[in-house]
Amino acid sequence: MPGVISRLYRGDINIDFVGKRKVWYGLSVVLLAVSILGLVLNGLNLGVEFRGGSVFDFTRTPGSSIEQVRETVADAGAHQVIVQQAGPNWRVTTESLKGEEATKVQETIARKYGISEEQVSSQVIGATWGGEVSQKAWIGLVVFMIAIMLYLSVAFEWRMALAAIVALIHDLVITAGVYAWSGFEVTPATMLGFLTILGYSLYDAVVVFDMIKEVTGKLGTSAKMTYTQAANNALSHTLIRSLNTSLVAILPVAAILFIGTTLLGAGTLKDLSLALFVGMVVGTYSSLCVATPILVTLKEREPKWQALAQRVHAKELAAAKAARTAKEPVSAGTQNVTAQATDKRKKR
Amino acid sequence: MAPPTSSQSKPGRTLLLLLALILVMGATVALQKAFVPKFGLDLAGGTTVTLSPVTVNGRAPSQESLDRAVTIIRQRVNGTGISDAQVAKSNDNIVIQIPGAGRDEALRLVSTTAELRMRQVLAVAAARTQPAEVPTAAPTPGGSATATPAASASDSTPARQSAAPTANPSPAGRVLSKALTAPTPEAGAATGGTTERKQGSGARAKESPTAAPSPSAPAAPEDEGDPLAGQDTSGIEPALLEEFRKIDCTAKNRGQGAIDDPNKQIVACSDDGTARYILDKAAVQGTEISGAQAGTDPTTGEWIVQVDFKSKGASLFSDITRRITTLPAPRNQLANVLDGVVIVAPTIEEAIPGGSARISGSFTQTTATELADQLKYGALPLKFQQSSVVSVSSTLGQDQLRGGLISGALGLIIVVLYLLLYYRGLGLIGVASLGVATAVTYLTVDVISHNAGFRLSLPHIIGLVVSIGITADSFIVYFERIRDEIKEGRRTLRSAVEVAWRRARRTILVADAVMFIAAVVLYFLAVGDVAGFAFAMGLTTLIDIVVVFLFTKPLMSIVARLRFFSKGHKLSGLDAERMGRTSPAEQTLQEA
Repeated sequence: MPGVISRLYRGDINIDFVGKRKVWYGLSVVLLAVSILGLVLNGLNLGVEFRGGSVFDFTRTPGSSIEQVRETVADAGAHQVIVQQAGPNWRVTTESLKGEEATKVQETIARKYGISEEQVSSQVIGATWGGEVSQKAWIGLVVFMIAIMLYLSVAFEWRMALAAIVALIHDLVITAGVYAWSGFEVTPATMLGFLTILGYSLYDAVVVFDMIKEVTGKLGTSAKMTYTQAANNALSHTLIRSLNTSLVAILPVAAILFIGTTLLGAGTLKDLSLALFVGMVVGTYSSLCVATPILVTLKEREPKWQALAQRVHAKELAAAKAARTAKEPVSAGTQNVTAQATDKRKKR
Repeated sequence: MAPPTSSQSKPGRTLLLLLALILVMGATVALQKAFVPKFGLDLAGGTTVTLSPVTVNGRAPSQESLDRAVTIIRQRVNGTGISDAQVAKSNDNIVIQIPGAGRDEALRLVSTTAELRMRQVLAVAAARTQPAEVPTAAPTPGGSATATPAASASDSTPARQSAAPTANPSPAGRVLSKALTAPTPEAGAATGGTTERKQGSGARAKESPTAAPSPSAPAAPEDEGDPLAGQDTSGIEPALLEEFRKIDCTAKNRGQGAIDDPNKQIVACSDDGTARYILDKAAVQGTEISGAQAGTDPTTGEWIVQVDFKSKGASLFSDITRRITTLPAPRNQLANVLDGVVIVAPTIEEAIPGGSARISGSFTQTTATELADQLKYGALPLKFQQSSVVSVSSTLGQDQLRGGLISGALGLIIVVLYLLLYYRGLGLIGVASLGVATAVTYLTVDVISHNAGFRLSLPHIIGLVVSIGITADSFIVYFERIRDEIKEGRRTLRSAVEVAWRRARRTILVADAVMFIAAVVLYFLAVGDVAGFAFAMGLTTLIDIVVVFLFTKPLMSIVARLRFFSKGHKLSGLDAERMGRTSPAEQTLQEA
């Protein structure tokens, strides 16, 4: 069956990702604008770990209800009580409690539901802790980006480094936008997810760039393709690998998401895999439709590739003309176009 | 045709290398009988407290002071007998992990700030009262000090200077004297006391309760029934006398971390657990110390600790030393109490004005530096706030562990199925490689958790599961390259495997380098879960490289000789018809 799937399997497709780059740029600009708007208007729904507060987890006993649990905890002296069902557990979020206050809530819960105090898990997070965590993460992110810029500049070249970093920022902003609009809670686990996306996004871009470097490295002055076309070929060629990789990466994450949601309810597993899931979808899009097009845009500004593009276009034009005016003398047309091309080069 | 590389001719050797690696780790695991990795508290249950230092100007505290704080907190936690507790520095924070229950105790332990205080010794005895032994020695006749401490302040008998250390070695065996003064009398005093002090120090090092040295020779023989017999108990609160008789300083809990009120007399143990003291109200606060350095005495070459005071501290210190230097032992000793225990109790040889003093007596470089640090940083206590206190019940921990393991297994199964469906025979090699990667990862985690203090926690497990994708991608990159070579139709499988490897190797290394840089940067700069996650990512990236180089590639070389693969069987994943003969890349290359 020569359908899309089998053509995909054979790597026998040539989608013009790079040629349509204006479309992708437009789409990405809209997505970025919407994301930033969401971040400005809605902001992120930060979890207790960032806001400061207390969380208690304990096994749901038969017959206990959300209302009942809320009353119990409120009676123990806690304010801003929110009760959620998390898998087989109750999860109670309150304001940040002091040591003794937290102990009192634990005791009260334990007494009321007939479990031992040790079976009530708790987290008490100071108001400034989240700030420190995110500050450290920001520093880490900036250092990471600088390190990657340097590394890619050495391993490849600065244009590839720049294109990869732009794609990465693109992914992070859009993922954050999804969180802002959807109101999903942002916890440290979510941050882990973001950071992983960052790794994947780059990883994928690096594999694609490696192929582009290999393919375009063979383009001499007499080549019959422009950089754009060669890059697009390389991209189509690694497409099957990119899709495979993304799929293989998303599958375990989907497994975590599934288990995290069904078995555990709220918690690290769910938060992390949700961020990964959203981010990977965005990441796959950007490595195909953002990173490589940006690279091509940058590369086509180089005189070497400009010249090549002009020669190739001239030849194509000539070929087309020759085909159309098959009866006319071919040599005149060719000369004419070549002269035009030389003319253009002189102006630059 | 590509020249055969060495790895092509000897793939078996490379596989043996990997086998040897696995066997070594396997043997380590078997020898230690440690088949299950140690789990972090989020999986095993327990309390994790994160302390962040609060500095006045908001600047980061010095690493030295943090290290000091870690040591002090570790001593406190270990002193309570909580087993397997970990205290570690994580960036500027201190993370305390206490397995099992005991949250309140943990909070109390770490919430007190460590401050140094100098207190006059009022009474001293061996570590504990030993009821089994018959009190043979009669109290020394005539409690030597009749003068009350207050009354003797004006006394000044220079002759005591040399007599004090020889006659009354302190438990710490140390003397306090003027720093940087004319060498003759001091040096004489110091050398005169050296032999005696060394004896005291030697006994002290044994740390066994029976070997506890006589802390104050004339006053308290070690096997005496009443530790206070023969000692001057005037001016001591009666309640403290009773407490002093009962306290057992050889026990693990010696009152570390006790909140000592500077305005009250206290009972305290020496930090090595060999002596107990009754101490007067604090005479000088540690905050009055401006600095302390370890160094050597220019004349004797002996290690000493020099202490400098701020102006108020200097006058307070001058007053107390003048007052007590003339008193009989042990009341001429000035105990330095840090965190509820006596770290040093030197005998005051003379009144020390001028705001500078030195402590001498059988120090080594290590002990001198340690004491100087204690004086210095005890004097500048870091204030901490509890940034986060997380206590996980064992049931929740088990749930999380189960969730992590199930998702890991599920993720693996899905990836395995996908590889088999897509790559057929080649997929089998991918699956085998994933299997080896899983085994190596498990062994590595197990070995480092038992030998390097690593604790497997939920962020690690997630990091490992997520990394399945990266590991699998290395195979995919390689397989796609092989398929390219075959598609071009110019090569046999055996040479395609080698040519593709040279091209795939670079891609794999460059891509893995990116992941590794990410992991390293995050590990060192981030805090908490993020750092743990980064560790797992970095580890699996390394393991990925090991497995691809030492397993996948050589296995591919061997497999390429099999007819099933080399003839492109329909199920091998290398079936030429299915793959198509030409590819865009090839077109590119040909057109170029």
